[in-house]
Amino acid sequence: MGETVIKTDKLTKRFGDFIAADEITFEVEKGEIFGFLGANGAGKTTAMRMLCGLSIPSSGSATIAGFDVYKQTEQIKRNIGYMSQKFSLYEDLTVIENIKFFGGIYGLTDLQIKTKSDELLHNLGLKQEAKKLVASLPLGWKQKLSFSVAVLHEPKIVFLDEPTGGVDPVTRRQFWDLIYNAADRGVTIFVTTHYMDEAEYCNRISLMVDGKIKALDTPRNLKNTFGVETMDEVFYKLARGAKRGD
Amino acid sequence: MKKFLVFIKKEFAHVLRDRKTLLILFGMPVVQILIFGFALTNEVKNSRIVIMDQANDAASKEIITKIGASRYFDIVRTVMSHQQMEDAFKRGDIRMAVIFPAGFNNDLLHQNAAQIQVIADASDPNNATTLTSYVGSIIQDYQAQLSKTSKIPYRIQPEIRMLYNPQLKGAPNFVPGVMALVLMLVCVMMTAVSIVKEKETGTMEILLVSPFRPILVIISKAVPYLLLSLINVASILLLSVFVLDLPVNGNILLLFAESTLFIITCLTVGIFISVKTNSQQVAMLISLMGMLLPTILFSGFMFPIENMPVPLQWFSNIIPAKWYYIIVKDIMIKGLGFNAIWKETLILSGITVALLIISLKSFKIRLS
Amino acid sequence: MEAAVIVKDLTKVYGETTAVDVVSFSVNQGEIFGLIGPDGAGKTSIFRVLTTLLLPDGGSATVDGFDVVKDYSQIRSRVGYMPGKFSLYQDLSVEENLNFFATLFNTTIKENYHLIKDIYVQLESFKTRRAGKLSGGMKQKLALCCALIHKPTVLFLDEPTTGVDPVSRKEFWEMLKQLKAQNITIVVSTPYMDEANLCDRIALIQGGKLLSVNTPGNIIKAYPDQLYAIKADNMHALLKILNGYDEVLASYAFGEFAHASFKNKAVDLEGVKSYLTKKDLTGLELKKTGATIEDSFIKLLKD
Repeated sequence: MGETVIKTDKLTKRFGDFIAADEITFEVEKGEIFGFLGANGAGKTTAMRMLCGLSIPSSGSATIAGFDVYKQTEQIKRNIGYMSQKFSLYEDLTVIENIKFFGGIYGLTDLQIKTKSDELLHNLGLKQEAKKLVASLPLGWKQKLSFSVAVLHEPKIVFLDEPTGGVDPVTRRQFWDLIYNAADRGVTIFVTTHYMDEAEYCNRISLMVDGKIKALDTPRNLKNTFGVETMDEVFYKLARGAKRGD
Repeated sequence: MKKFLVFIKKEFAHVLRDRKTLLILFGMPVVQILIFGFALTNEVKNSRIVIMDQANDAASKEIITKIGASRYFDIVRTVMSHQQMEDAFKRGDIRMAVIFPAGFNNDLLHQNAAQIQVIADASDPNNATTLTSYVGSIIQDYQAQLSKTSKIPYRIQPEIRMLYNPQLKGAPNFVPGVMALVLMLVCVMMTAVSIVKEKETGTMEILLVSPFRPILVIISKAVPYLLLSLINVASILLLSVFVLDLPVNGNILLLFAESTLFIITCLTVGIFISVKTNSQQVAMLISLMGMLLPTILFSGFMFPIENMPVPLQWFSNIIPAKWYYIIVKDIMIKGLGFNAIWKETLILSGITVALLIISLKSFKIRLS
Repeated sequence: MEAAVIVKDLTKVYGETTAVDVVSFSVNQGEIFGLIGPDGAGKTSIFRVLTTLLLPDGGSATVDGFDVVKDYSQIRSRVGYMPGKFSLYQDLSVEENLNFFATLFNTTIKENYHLIKDIYVQLESFKTRRAGKLSGGMKQKLALCCALIHKPTVLFLDEPTTGVDPVSRKEFWEMLKQLKAQNITIVVSTPYMDEANLCDRIALIQGGKLLSVNTPGNIIKAYPDQLYAIKADNMHALLKILNGYDEVLASYAFGEFAHASFKNKAVDLEGVKSYLTKKDLTGLELKKTGATIEDSFIKLLKD
């Protein structure tokens, strides 16, 4: 096994009496595609925010790309990429302006931005659309562009929060090709999804129920453990007993 | 009818359960009244004045001593030419000038009447009124003192001149202005925002796809704000009577009736804005920039309309707040009755009807 | 019996984009009809035209025999509608919301309680809680109750399960089945292909155009090629190799397998296997498999 890029130990977040994330412990290897599943309100978003350095944990520890989530949030932010289900580019800027902007805030040089954006546009087949407003692109393209921008600065880890919600099945698969390619380059992928077939594409999956991680393994092992055929059934078996929702 | 009531009940629930809205709704009038009340009419201490004593006799000297003894005034110089005085006013060095004409004491003793000229810089009207009234009371004091020893009353006539803003627009009349302002804010902004909020959250879609007539949706949204605004009017009046000692001189029912008319005007504007916009921020921005600013600028409350260029004076005529401001001033301060304000009322009604027609015309029974 | 919803050559244009492009379909009384397609396919526009919220730019539509343009007020008093976003009053309690909508539709909770009973009992213990404080699944149940309270003849549900976890989704579809038993026609849209099988009939939609309208079974039956499910230890490598393989007609990831169809109907499976083995793939598994709605959708999209 390679180096560990995400390591959490009993990571907990409390809001008053409410324990949103309850002693979460797991590790993610470099280049791994890690699926982070759970019912609505299970605590996924809270956990993800802590890992991104956006929210300070109540207790427990975690290091992201070797940096501490309590003290080194700035370094963490420099080493991760983030893309949410809500499309995260500027709709009123053109494709190329978005790329330049996000390249800029991650401190890439003009030359780097130039090479990177050429490469990105070529890979996505967006050369013709470079000067178009992002708002005019179809949703699937936006999501692909959004992902490419999130990994533009070659982060160690990229966090994807339901990146494919509402996207058509063909584009969804193209999106996963992008994910695979990034993983092949050594980028660690941390992804949440409501599509259970996508859970199958992950190397390993954790399943959160009521703030706790109830299962963590490869999709194959999980199905074997629960003696079922699909991830859908695994999810159903685990999450059915959930007490809370969002 | 039952539907209508349920709707209004729901609307009240929205308002009463949202602390921020409540605070704006009922805190704003209080804060405004207090800010305007105390910031604008605060005591004026140590104002720099000049005195021009062309008489230089016993009576003038005594009055000057009295003025000098007051903590309100700070006599800068006692002699000055007219030219010097005017320059000093323009530079803002002095706030007021008191001029005793030659032979002041003589006039007083032989004619039992004399004049003092008081000139004040009325570009700050509140300040000017305060200062002149202080001087006035000092002179009256002296008069009373003289009259005690004599059978024939002495009359000293202070001739007051207000520089730059002769009609003293704005002075203690800010209460009507605040009323116009608060009603404008509450009615226009709150209605617009609350309707647009339903568009934003998607509940408007459900309301439209119901047998409830769309126009009633809008009207029933306005009703609670009409009631809340009347409460606001009452609270402003209570504050002005009990905190600021500014009584309502005219008929209070007439005042409420006219206020209701103005509230309806504002609600109509709010509805119009809500029809035209789709986000709360835009609605708020338009309410503030598009309605509040013109109200402050053109109602005559802050800035005298007479001093504006003619086109702007014409423009001010379509600002409903201008007419409401005049009406409230007439009823509240001057104590006039309906026969004095029927014209303004008519104009305000006209504007309201016009706005109502525009709003209803632009209202859609579907999504955009 | 006349169809509950008839859509004929419906077109809706926003500026330069044609959101709905000459769409025709009909929904039979008492069936669950699914509009299946990704975001931006035109589902919401169709729903808004059918619920009289938008005027069509071309074509016509009727709901319960009433024209969506002329007879909008009749339609409004007989349909139930649940828009995509959670659209209840967050600052009103569960009971207040329900009461409000009941009154709005000239009815009372009591009158149609039997309709919502099964759903509402799950909410009853939170009666006084504000809707904004409910969990996602609960909100959805409340929204459904509110849309049902006036006993609509046709129920329009615009993406009721989007962003909802698989467990809540399953529960929601159970509720729809029960409503169907009450003889309410349900038109529902969803981006999740796996939910298509729960509908009586479906329309697959993409880019404002209908790709196919039929029962899920018939759509799957109409799938022209034989599909094979292939598995390997390194799935990404497998997908790449399949994509570059001459014999392959189409291939794509499908859950834990890759789905592939071959140009030659009588493909030599052993040949395929040895080809893949030569490419250093391990843990190979290869078997025939049936098409699903998602396979059909992909096929229709690519054609």
